[in-house]
Amino acid sequence: MKAATLGTVLPPLAALLVLVALWQASTDVFAIPDYILPSPLAIAEAVVANWPLLLKQSWATFVESMLGFGLGIVVGIPLAVLIACSPAAEKTFYPLLVASQSVPKVALAPIFVVWFGFGLLPKVLIAFSIAFFPVVVNTVVGLQRTPPDMIRLMRALGSSPLETFWRVRIPMASPFIFAGIKISSAFAVVGAIVGEFIAAEQGLGYLQLVANNNLQIPLLFACLLMLSVLGAVIYYLVVLVERLILPAPLRALQNGEPGQ
Amino acid sequence: MTHAKEASTTPRGTAISIRDVGMEFSRRGQSVTALDGVSLDIAAGTFCSVLGPSGCGKSTLLSLISGLARPTRGEVRVGGRPLAGPYHDVGIVFQSDVLLPWMTILDNILLPARVKKQDMGAARARGLRLLENVGLIDFRDHYPSELSGGMRQRASICRALLTEPSVLLMDEPFGALDALTREKMQLDLNRIWAEDAKTVMFITHDIEEAVALADQVIVMGPRPGKVIRRYEIDFAQPRTLGIRREPRFQDIVDDIRNVFHSAGVL
Ligand SMILES: Nc1ncnc2c1ncn2[C@@H]1O[C@H](COP(=O)(O)OP(=O)(O)OP(=O)(O)O)[C@@H](O)[C@H]1O
Ligand SMILES: [Mg+2]
Repeated sequence: MKAATLGTVLPPLAALLVLVALWQASTDVFAIPDYILPSPLAIAEAVVANWPLLLKQSWATFVESMLGFGLGIVVGIPLAVLIACSPAAEKTFYPLLVASQSVPKVALAPIFVVWFGFGLLPKVLIAFSIAFFPVVVNTVVGLQRTPPDMIRLMRALGSSPLETFWRVRIPMASPFIFAGIKISSAFAVVGAIVGEFIAAEQGLGYLQLVANNNLQIPLLFACLLMLSVLGAVIYYLVVLVERLILPAPLRALQNGEPGQ
Repeated sequence: MTHAKEASTTPRGTAISIRDVGMEFSRRGQSVTALDGVSLDIAAGTFCSVLGPSGCGKSTLLSLISGLARPTRGEVRVGGRPLAGPYHDVGIVFQSDVLLPWMTILDNILLPARVKKQDMGAARARGLRLLENVGLIDFRDHYPSELSGGMRQRASICRALLTEPSVLLMDEPFGALDALTREKMQLDLNRIWAEDAKTVMFITHDIEEAVALADQVIVMGPRPGKVIRRYEIDFAQPRTLGIRREPRFQDIVDDIRNVFHSAGVL
């Protein structure tokens, strides 16, 4: 198990190191100025020099993302349950929901700013509007995938539809729900950043704009680095929760692996 | 461990009685007749096989007897009472094993007791005995994905037997298994059934399987589903592999094949 983990981590890590070394070498050899492409060392310097600032702004973006993401789950799952359990709700909401996805959510950002101002709320709402769709779609698909015979079995045992829902349909859907949540976690960060680009006084998106205006290109790249870390942290938080909640056979089901 | 009950000690009343049952499905304005005037009686404690071509309404018949569906015409009685819905005293084995993938084999088998809120201690003891009986005891803490198809289907038979139902309904339980596993499962099933003769309705496509296991074989014709022949199979129970070589066995199998042939199925 340990060897397998090392085996999966080492090759990409080595490739990354080589890539960074090449980057550093080419910026040195070709004397590329920092304001076009800062070298990895210059970016590292910017990270160190601006660490408290980066941390503070990352936290702001993290909060916005998590709130939008959380809202996406809290609204998305019940909506999906409604759609999966009621044909009337499916007929009514599902086409609207799918159609709503043709609206580029990024284009909503300026409108949200007009309505909700410059604070936390518009960022959370933009993050939410992007994040909730994958949760809904995946949850609906998961809930509809329960084999009909499984439901018939439960019915024959005298289980009520509600009991069957909790005992069978939710667990059967849970790998799909988590797949949707994982996609959403990445989307939520995008939403928060877009919100910050439009109008903000804090956050990594805001800091990027400032760095850009001041031609602090290494800082701009430092923000990018922090954003990737932020995305990864949120993603692995979800993976952690999944590991705690989902029994192993269901996780294997999601990854499409046969047992073990 | 295996005390075969005397056949004479079990009541030989009619366990399942179906009178002139019809079933129609309507879908997008079109109606499909799945069953058209089916009547049959299955005596308590007997093993009844139902044979028929694909789409002739075998699964529909089974869901009527399980109370999961109501007929559009006619009456289904189980244990003398007309059915009004799912009832307690039945075990069902579906074509796929429908084990819950996140539960261990033992937990899967205990599911009926859990749903029916029965005493879990007693259920556990029964469940372990059943697993022992079908050779799955060492796999009780495994997940279904860690078992072969035949093992999973054996587990689902244990699940159906857990609450000791007097009626066992099986819908092509061995359909997905290879020939060798299938023959082993047939022997296992016959042995388990012979231990406390339940009333069994066993659906299959396989003529020899039907004859090898059953006291009574019901042959259904192509859609709309009707009973076209019935056979009493009087080989002694429990059955052995040997009966397949008996001329009389082959005669019955050939006869059924001819019936299908003249019905335009073969
Ligand atoms: N829920 C349903 N809605 C509409 N039609 C149905 C439904 N269930 C069954 N039917 C129809 O009833 C007929 C009989 O179906 P059934 O599943 O009982 O056949 P079967 O004998 O079990 O076939 P197989 O051997 O392939 O399992 C088929 O024509 C099928 O299309
Ligand atoms: Mg069928």
